Amino acid sequence: MSNPHVNAVVIGAGAGGGVVAKELSVGGLSVVLFERGGWASFEDHDTDELVSQRTTVLGNAFGPDDERYRRVVVNDDGSTDTVLPSHWAYNNVAACVGSGTVSYGAMAWRFMAEDFQMKSVYGHVAGSTMDDWPLSYTDLEPCYEKAEWELGVAGDSALNPFEAPRNKPYPMPPFSYNGEARRLEWAMRRLGLHPFPIPMLRNSVPYNGRAACVRRRACCGFACPVNAKAGTQNTVIPAALATGNCQLRTECLVSELPVDAAGKITGVAYFDPNGTKQEQTADVIVIAASATESARLLLNSKSKQFPNGVGNRYDWVGRNLQGHAYTGAFGLFEEDIYDDVGPGATIAISDFSHRNPGIVGGGILANEFTRLPYLFTGVRPPSSPTWGRAHKEFQRKYFRRNVQVVGPIQEIPVFESRVQVDSVVKDYWGIPVARLSGHRHPKDAEGCDFLSRQAEKILQEAGAFQTWRHVPGLGLSGGQHQAGTCRMGNDPQTSVTDKYGRVHETPNVFVADGSLHVTNGGFNPVLTIMALGYWVGGHIAQEWQRGNRFA
Amino acid sequence: MSSTKLSRRKFMQLAAVGVGSLGIAGGCRGQRAPGLHFFALNEARLVEAIADQIIPPDEWPGGRESGVMNFIDRQLAGPYRRYQSDYRTGLKAIDDECMGRFGKIFEALSWEQQLSFLKEMESGALNQGVWRGGLSRRFFNLLRSHSLQGYYGSPRHGGNKNFASHKMLGLDYPQILGRNRHSS
Repeated sequence: MSNPHVNAVVIGAGAGGGVVAKELSVGGLSVVLFERGGWASFEDHDTDELVSQRTTVLGNAFGPDDERYRRVVVNDDGSTDTVLPSHWAYNNVAACVGSGTVSYGAMAWRFMAEDFQMKSVYGHVAGSTMDDWPLSYTDLEPCYEKAEWELGVAGDSALNPFEAPRNKPYPMPPFSYNGEARRLEWAMRRLGLHPFPIPMLRNSVPYNGRAACVRRRACCGFACPVNAKAGTQNTVIPAALATGNCQLRTECLVSELPVDAAGKITGVAYFDPNGTKQEQTADVIVIAASATESARLLLNSKSKQFPNGVGNRYDWVGRNLQGHAYTGAFGLFEEDIYDDVGPGATIAISDFSHRNPGIVGGGILANEFTRLPYLFTGVRPPSSPTWGRAHKEFQRKYFRRNVQVVGPIQEIPVFESRVQVDSVVKDYWGIPVARLSGHRHPKDAEGCDFLSRQAEKILQEAGAFQTWRHVPGLGLSGGQHQAGTCRMGNDPQTSVTDKYGRVHETPNVFVADGSLHVTNGGFNPVLTIMALGYWVGGHIAQEWQRGNRFA
Repeated sequence: MSSTKLSRRKFMQLAAVGVGSLGIAGGCRGQRAPGLHFFALNEARLVEAIADQIIPPDEWPGGRESGVMNFIDRQLAGPYRRYQSDYRTGLKAIDDECMGRFGKIFEALSWEQQLSFLKEMESGALNQGVWRGGLSRRFFNLLRSHSLQGYYGSPRHGGNKNFASHKMLGLDYPQILGRNRHSS
């Protein structure tokens, strides 16, 4: 009944875990890759907006389900709500093989050199734990390159003067602009900005045995029917399985990290698809379950040796939960702009990523993914009717005549924003659920105000007759870009892992997902998470080959 | 408007045939309508009238014709099971309020009366008796968002009959790989 011992377990088959599983199994380690969800396919959900990753009102097509999962969210007044995965406040990350990389928009950003040195560049920010990463852009550059070439990115770095230096160009040519982007391009140029095609983890030409993109409107939030989008599920995970060294266990939920009398983590305890509790022993344990769930797993692994959870001696596990404050503007036009060329987002600028007077950090701006029909019902100028005749007329009149320019503000980390485990609410398996609390830093509001004004200026220059900005509040952040909860650092008292993702207190437990981020950049973070997968996974494989057994 | 009236009359005829010996006038109140998963016939009619206010018929179908009621009914037996009691309580509260105030059910009110009643619900001005505790605004928001979902979402969930809303927006319907326009 017991499972044969393996060299390594990887928990979570998403952006980070998929890459690590490949690096380890190619490196000769025997690996079990755990995923709480199953395989997702386009056929299961087609172009159904109401279960898409962006509009989950009828449930999450890519998991997790509303039946078995719960989280507790602490409100500003201290009261709590128990929320389901389909509710926005759950701050969901997909539960399936490939996780968010199955249904994401697939923007493939590298962070800039400044993003790894936020404290050195901007100094200390009061009320914040903002700090430098223990590694630099130069350290991570080869890993970005691996991610771009092994998964496949289409782009043209020559057009972005702000991009950090790279050794190799993108493997695929960029995507052409759609109608919105053509409209915005010259407006941006007239304003002295530097537009370029968004780098995408999506095939602009056939690549690595997968087809080229067919430009559907239902892309961001959906699986791809022709596999043009590169996720870990159709690139590195199949490569890991092909080595014969990696076993993927789907529908298996890891519940805790067992510890022996000597204080060594022996592997993982998990619930198999039948709900039976099992153990898998391993020499190395790599946690890549998302910023919320990785922290939850460490915190739920309490023992005599780790009374506050694994890696949590100094109370840093789950701290600094951050995401992205998305901000920007909408514009209405007198004539049709929409040309039904998906996925919508094609053009961006990086002019406001850094060096903005008075602002800490900044963010890119891009045209937004297609606002699908139901999502568009919520796109209205302030104090417009939200139902009735005028609402319907607006829907009809402006579906093809609106443009949104939007970007992620680099959030300033806050120690009080955190993941804990709830003392009362448990999930279907009886495991204490994640409890989310905290707020954004006031600096984020300044960044959003600044960036949304730039977005509005661009839309006006492009000829919009009416514009309005949208700026998020200072409530709890996280979302699909969640990060920061197991920060890497050189000082064990102010971080959870070392610069290779190894948990300071343990010789054999690693983290390899967005949890490691000290700061989260003003960019969609997925390529950085993949790069960290190569960084952490490559380090473990190299050490292993050298004879290091992490004992 | 005439086509809407026709379809409504037709619906009632069909409904009357459906319930047969139960009788249509009052006997069916509270009993699940045939072919539906959750709503009683009177509830179904009320939801249809409200759906037509949320998305009024014009040169394009309204919420009723588009199958919004059918959408909500199906979801209440599925992912929206958690809203069943809101609907049961809320729809009855609307019925009772309209009977008490106008001596008529909501569907029998004039278009303008219906509109101002819903605006009252939306504003939260209804706050006595059963409405106490914020039911009117909360329930209105459910009706509003669920109607929009039924109207603009995928037909696979029972609404958006014949992709009417996607046609209205000038979108290909349905998207069939290799058969729609995909310029690059």
